[in-house]
Amino acid sequence: MATSERLVITATINGDERTFLADSRDSLLEALRERLDLKGVKEGCNNGNCGACAVILDGRLVNSCCVMAAEIEGSRVETVEGLAGPEALHPLQQCFLEGAALQCGICTPGFLMSSKALLAENPAPTDEEVRFWLAGNLCRCTGYDKIIEAVQAAAEQMRAQK
Amino acid sequence: MQALRYARATSIDEAMRMLQEGGETARVLAGGTDVIVQARERRRVIGLFVDIKHIPEVMALEYDPQRGLRIGSAVPLYRVYGDANVQRVYPALRAAAHVIGGKAIQGRASLGGNLSNASPAADSIPTMMASEAVAEIAGPNGRRDVRVNEFCTGPGRNVLQPGEFVVTLRFPQPAPHTGQAWERFIPRNEMDIAVVNAACALTLSGDTVTAARIAIGAVAPTAIMVPAAAEALVGRRLTDDTIAAAGAAAKDAAIPIEDMRGTVRQRKHLADVLVQRVVRAAAEKARGN
Repeated sequence: MATSERLVITATINGDERTFLADSRDSLLEALRERLDLKGVKEGCNNGNCGACAVILDGRLVNSCCVMAAEIEGSRVETVEGLAGPEALHPLQQCFLEGAALQCGICTPGFLMSSKALLAENPAPTDEEVRFWLAGNLCRCTGYDKIIEAVQAAAEQMRAQK
Repeated sequence: MQALRYARATSIDEAMRMLQEGGETARVLAGGTDVIVQARERRRVIGLFVDIKHIPEVMALEYDPQRGLRIGSAVPLYRVYGDANVQRVYPALRAAAHVIGGKAIQGRASLGGNLSNASPAADSIPTMMASEAVAEIAGPNGRRDVRVNEFCTGPGRNVLQPGEFVVTLRFPQPAPHTGQAWERFIPRNEMDIAVVNAACALTLSGDTVTAARIAIGAVAPTAIMVPAAAEALVGRRLTDDTIAAAGAAAKDAAIPIEDMRGTVRQRKHLADVLVQRVVRAAAEKARGN
């Protein structure tokens, strides 16, 4: 019978170096939620289709259900918990709130991290580019239009701040 | 998730040792977007993941106009479609890599993984077949080459022997006046599994086709080459009739299953339509090269 192992993992999580104990069978999603108590990362489909568990790993958007926790040794992980600054919400969070770009909220952390990765690569996307980029994030409440509008509003604010 | 261990290899030799020690249930871990889900859903028995992403060769992407393109088997898709040489010289590969999964999948998933997973509907396989890609395989008995069109042996099955894995995919430099194109049909705009996909590499001399390679996916247990479609074109001028004959050959070659994504009739029809489209698109590009 196969066994798993206890692992000590060190990685930079939302800017802080963290060392934690995990099981070699843990996905990154499980480790973030259960070992590091970062409950903003959501489990939706757990098979790479819905994007609710999306986080940024070494600067790239990934589905944390499709990454093993052991793979992040020495890496940088950003989750929704690291998005807001000390003074204020991130423009994406503020625009999602003001634009009512969420209803039940389960998909929202994934949309926020996915949108953050988009705007880091393309600060002035067209609506079509936003939709293409966010195609891997499913929302069953909003119908998407308000999400696209919120991302564009945040993009405009972020461009103005530069 | 089933109980399993994780090991990180930093060289091919180290990966070989780890795979050997892990025995039958050891699996290579590249991007993980298929194999981690298969482990979780217990569709494969996996006792050990050997992570190959810290092996430099497996993560390298190199292009040289003489030698062609080498893409390490675990290079994530965003690096494939983001590469200027891939965009310029291998546009069909770029097109397929750009729409496999969404952005969070493309941050991780790889061509080596897409090939080794051997899905009949894999989007990168027909274009690799059409562009004569070769999989360079490392194993306990050294290296060997397998042409991508001979790699898959059935749904989820391939030629890899225990302890072997794909290290690099090699793409020859296309001949002058060659164009490549790839298309797929899905019922939405993004993020879906192909109902049918098709790829073509075509070389022109004036208006006459001198070489053609046509492959189709999601219409048989593996992606397949359609030599009869190529024969309908080679040595002839490209006309509506010859292109229609290539499409008809693809329709004949297609032996699809019927499932929730499409009926047999629809898939055969799509094989015809998509092959005609990729032939036209490849010819258009060939004229510009």
